[in-house]
Amino acid sequence: MMIKLKVFAAAKEIVAGEHVELELPTGSTIGDLKQALAMQVPDLANLIERSAFSIDQQYATAKDPVNAVNEVAMIPPVSGG
Amino acid sequence: MVSVRRLLALLFNRVIFVCFVETVLRLMISIVTQKIDTQPLLESVSSPRAGASVLFVGTTRQFTSGRETVFLSYECYQEMAIGKLKELCDRAAKKWTIEKCGIVHRIGEVAIGEASVAVAVSTAHRKDAFESAQWIMDRLKEEVPIWKKEHWTDGDQQWIHEGSVAGGPDKAGGAS
Repeated sequence: MMIKLKVFAAAKEIVAGEHVELELPTGSTIGDLKQALAMQVPDLANLIERSAFSIDQQYATAKDPVNAVNEVAMIPPVSGG
Repeated sequence: MVSVRRLLALLFNRVIFVCFVETVLRLMISIVTQKIDTQPLLESVSSPRAGASVLFVGTTRQFTSGRETVFLSYECYQEMAIGKLKELCDRAAKKWTIEKCGIVHRIGEVAIGEASVAVAVSTAHRKDAFESAQWIMDRLKEEVPIWKKEHWTDGDQQWIHEGSVAGGPDKAGGAS
């Protein structure tokens, strides 16, 4: 399945775009997605380790499953305020 | 039959009332690209039941650890950030007795001295207003998907991604 991962801030600059398209096996989790993302974009590896991920705008854990209909995003450490 | 109708009417009114309370609790939750006008935010939390209103305004600071900032720029994950800001007001309302609560965050470029964020809370007594406003700001800085970028006077630019997963303690400078 194809996941269109939203990226923000430094991650957006690293990939030079607002999304990263990832081809993942059906049944993949956020943990799998992080691994695949680090393989596909090695420059993101460091930030991935420090980032949270969200599914449909809620923070997700590494075990949470993802599928193509979800809105999945990489959330680097936040700094609002 | 009449009594059933009355019962239904009462129940219906109650539901409406509950919905109303829920909506007025967080009257103004927004992300803006222009200067934050704090007056309407403060007015939006006014309530005859409130004895205290706290307005917190976070502004762009010129110096952080001796380094000079020209301006900050902010970006956000709009839909999730709005949802999280609403959630913060709702969670605060479970911890304190809050009359009304509003949060405005600015994105895009924010010049020195200008507001990047404003939080307004009204409560019956001032202790709850101070505490809940502080709690909301603390949580905002750790949980809401908004990011600031420092634009330093030496021409350097830097996204502030300090802290841990989902935003840990914010050691970054520049604003609030």
